Amino acid sequence: MFDLDRKKYPKIDDGKANFELYSHKYLKLWHGPQHPGVTGNMALELTVSGDEIIDLKTHVGYLHRGFEKLMERRRFIQCFPIVCRICVPEPDTNEYLFSAAIEELAGIEIPEKAIWIRTLNLEMTRLASYLMWVGGQAGALGLGAVGQWAIAHRDYVLDLFEEMTGARVYHMYMVPGGVRGDFPQGFVHRLEAVLQKCEKLIKDAKIVMLNNSVLQDRLVGLGIITPEMIDKFGIVGPNARGSGAKRDVRKDNPYLKYNELDFEIVTETDGDGFARLKVRFREMSQSISLIRQIVSKMPKTGKFHVKTPNPLHWKIPVGETYLKAESTRGEYGFYVATDGSGFPRKVTVRGPSYTHAVSLLEYLGVGVNIADIAGLMGSLHTYPPEIER
Amino acid sequence: MSLKNFVAPFYVWKRAFEKPLTNTKPLETRPGAAAYRGFHVNDIEKCIGCGSCEEICQNMSIDLVPVDGIETKDGDSGLRPRIDYGRCCWCALCIDICPTGSLNMTNEYTWLEEGDGDVDDKFIFTPGVDKKNWNNLELGYKRPVDYEILEYSKIKMTIMETAERSDSFIEMVKGYSKEEAEREADRCVACGICVATCPANMDIPEYIKAIREDDLNEAVRLLYKTNPFSNSCGRICTHRCEDACVLEHRGESISIRWLKRYIMDNVSSEEIKSSLADEFTKNGKKIAIIGAGPGGLSAAYYLAKLGYSVTVFEAKEKAGGMLRYGIPEYRLPYDELDKDINYILSLGVKIEYNIRIGKDKDFDDLYKHFDSIFFSIGLSKPYSMRVEGETLPGVISGLKFLDDVTMGIDPKIGKSVAVVGGGNVAMDAARTSKRFGADVTVVYRRRLEDMPADLEEIVEAQEENVEFVVKAIPTKIVENKGKLYFSWNNAKMVEQKDGGRPKPVAIEGDITTRTFDTIISAIGQAGDFSFLPKEIEEKLKFKWGKVITDKSRQTADSKIFAGGDVVNATADAISAIEDGHKAAIGIDRALRKI
Repeated sequence: MFDLDRKKYPKIDDGKANFELYSHKYLKLWHGPQHPGVTGNMALELTVSGDEIIDLKTHVGYLHRGFEKLMERRRFIQCFPIVCRICVPEPDTNEYLFSAAIEELAGIEIPEKAIWIRTLNLEMTRLASYLMWVGGQAGALGLGAVGQWAIAHRDYVLDLFEEMTGARVYHMYMVPGGVRGDFPQGFVHRLEAVLQKCEKLIKDAKIVMLNNSVLQDRLVGLGIITPEMIDKFGIVGPNARGSGAKRDVRKDNPYLKYNELDFEIVTETDGDGFARLKVRFREMSQSISLIRQIVSKMPKTGKFHVKTPNPLHWKIPVGETYLKAESTRGEYGFYVATDGSGFPRKVTVRGPSYTHAVSLLEYLGVGVNIADIAGLMGSLHTYPPEIER
Repeated sequence: MSLKNFVAPFYVWKRAFEKPLTNTKPLETRPGAAAYRGFHVNDIEKCIGCGSCEEICQNMSIDLVPVDGIETKDGDSGLRPRIDYGRCCWCALCIDICPTGSLNMTNEYTWLEEGDGDVDDKFIFTPGVDKKNWNNLELGYKRPVDYEILEYSKIKMTIMETAERSDSFIEMVKGYSKEEAEREADRCVACGICVATCPANMDIPEYIKAIREDDLNEAVRLLYKTNPFSNSCGRICTHRCEDACVLEHRGESISIRWLKRYIMDNVSSEEIKSSLADEFTKNGKKIAIIGAGPGGLSAAYYLAKLGYSVTVFEAKEKAGGMLRYGIPEYRLPYDELDKDINYILSLGVKIEYNIRIGKDKDFDDLYKHFDSIFFSIGLSKPYSMRVEGETLPGVISGLKFLDDVTMGIDPKIGKSVAVVGGGNVAMDAARTSKRFGADVTVVYRRRLEDMPADLEEIVEAQEENVEFVVKAIPTKIVENKGKLYFSWNNAKMVEQKDGGRPKPVAIEGDITTRTFDTIISAIGQAGDFSFLPKEIEEKLKFKWGKVITDKSRQTADSKIFAGGDVVNATADAISAIEDGHKAAIGIDRALRKI
């Protein structure tokens, strides 16, 4: 729209601007950690020339609680209340991966029903996480009202979690050995009612966001991820799928009951913020469909938990494992090593936001207008807690 | 820019006319879900302060604190959990593990507290003790049915089949295998409630931990710290620890006794020696001990370790006391008892057998020649039934009968035997008679549930087809042509006004008479203090036929210490062992004047 005289701007070469900071022509600007456009507690150190970003550094550390280290001093059963805190909006992926890793190392098989309940839980948490993202993405681009609806609908999903697990945000529901409780009576009906509300919301939000010329202007062409960048940066999830990569852990490396469910990998080809927006909206509808499939296929009766050794003295033989699952940001991994003692020797969490919010954002952010950086972050869907475990 | 994309967003204006999604707090309140993990409540009557919640809490937000009005007693630490809501993360692991089921959560989640704005300790509270407005609400998160993180059933012990054991003196309990013992040891929550209940305060959670870690040498060291008769106690202990076990509240207690036996079964005498590696230097002082039973020998063991020269005087030809002469071999094989005794003797303890003090040697002699005396002579004088015909041949005491069997003397009891009494001696006599091929009838004054014998002994006797006649008061015994005609008056139980235990009262005229070859009287026994010279007997204090001692088992004469059945009220092996241990410490302190 604005044809700028680019002579005043430093030259940008492969995501790096060539400039002399002490020439006093540029301005340092802190975007975050308190800025509402930064989703979560991280900060972007921007160097701007006019209103264009010519250098970007991601600063984390505002949220570091040392979970990985804490777990080395906790018994195996005491870790599950910790792992969920690694990702606030989508805790269940952590709970599942940690429990599954412990079960694998200890040689425990969990009952059929527990597997189904876990699958349902993961899909519900994906829906809740995407609703949170709608809030972030819409809010960052000036559509505050849509954000309010989405967060309210996320709370409906949290109501379901509260009923099922006993807590709204940190569910602490999946434990090594299964899950901590069965469905309450009538849960499926209330679940269906919430799904219908969410469908209505998605329909409205799509109209406002996808068929919106302002949003299209801002997102089309913003933060283009080319297919070559995917492997270079280790991009996963909807960010990769928006650039045409058919990558989804649920299909590539099926876990739980995903191989018994009917779904396709959602892809778009443009690779820009708008393509990722479309991918995520389609995945929300996909999640709703999967939840319905799970509820209809899962066994109605059966055990949901298998007895594990006394948690106070539980020792797990020497071993190591890496398990992964598809979160809303992409491949989420847990590396767990045990040394035969009563405590995990090492737990390492591979959160997808690590690459997306640090190396990728630092690359894509250069050349972006200051007003768009919040929207770019939203379109990469990053959650800082998983960067700082 | 298409017109459609310009106009379409206005479509959702319709939402402006819809009902808001939020609710208007505080006018509207929203209760937590039925299973919501809200604030804690604790039933402090049910809680025993085992501390499992404190142990599993990953935030260290739970402390066990003393509470007014709750006393420490057997099976209750007297402490209750206090929760710091500045640390709690409401994961509910404390509720999941709570072995009594007393700790729970409500679904209340708002807590307003008035204050002056200072950060004080209001967020730290003791559920069930501090008054909170959610105390009487319905429960929120409950441990779901089918979801237990602890194991509440015992690993079954292999016991010889009834048919096989009722005519055999081979030990009937087979003991745990390694795998079984480790699984049983894994159930323990290591709360230590049992330690306070054990008369000898054995380090139970620690030796159970040693079993889990397969470190039996360490386990032996822990056992010998408080009990040199672990091999015997692992078989015949009255295991009050198991009654106090926290798992007993919602399931079955840990088989602590069998675990102790597992340790001792799996270490040889040489291994005991090498793992204890008892080293001491003689201090030149001499101690005399009267009676080589569990009390006397455990005093001898701990005194020897302290460097004293110990001489034990035993009236019988072998050591062990009631463990040898009272308990039948099918419960405690003599070899196993010898294993305990031999280790004690290997420390240089001398036993002079067949010396009855007062008859073969004077008490005054010992008093003069030794620095201190400990006596633990047991109860050897049977109570009289006070019925006509009690002195007839064929009427014998339970103690004499068991004694004879141990000595290898044929007791000649014939084909039918009546055992009078309901204690452990009566059960041992009845079951031993059974093994000599007799039909056995136990005659007891009160009801089956009033019997002082261990429940398992009663159950096993019943399995072995011992007949029980209860509410029967013996009246007379008449002999005719070699047969004993034993009569008893059937009784009814009458409740006592002062709340005492119900008393049997004879129903007039309701008399049963049956014939037996032998009648064994096992209605209790008293101590025989005739060995004491008159002036010493007068000096010592007695109550209900027992010697009164202080905490260190010192009697009124500062040179004389006493223990075992003649001192303690419980009259079991483990109490005698504890008396011996305490007396050893007491003697050492008295002689070193500290």
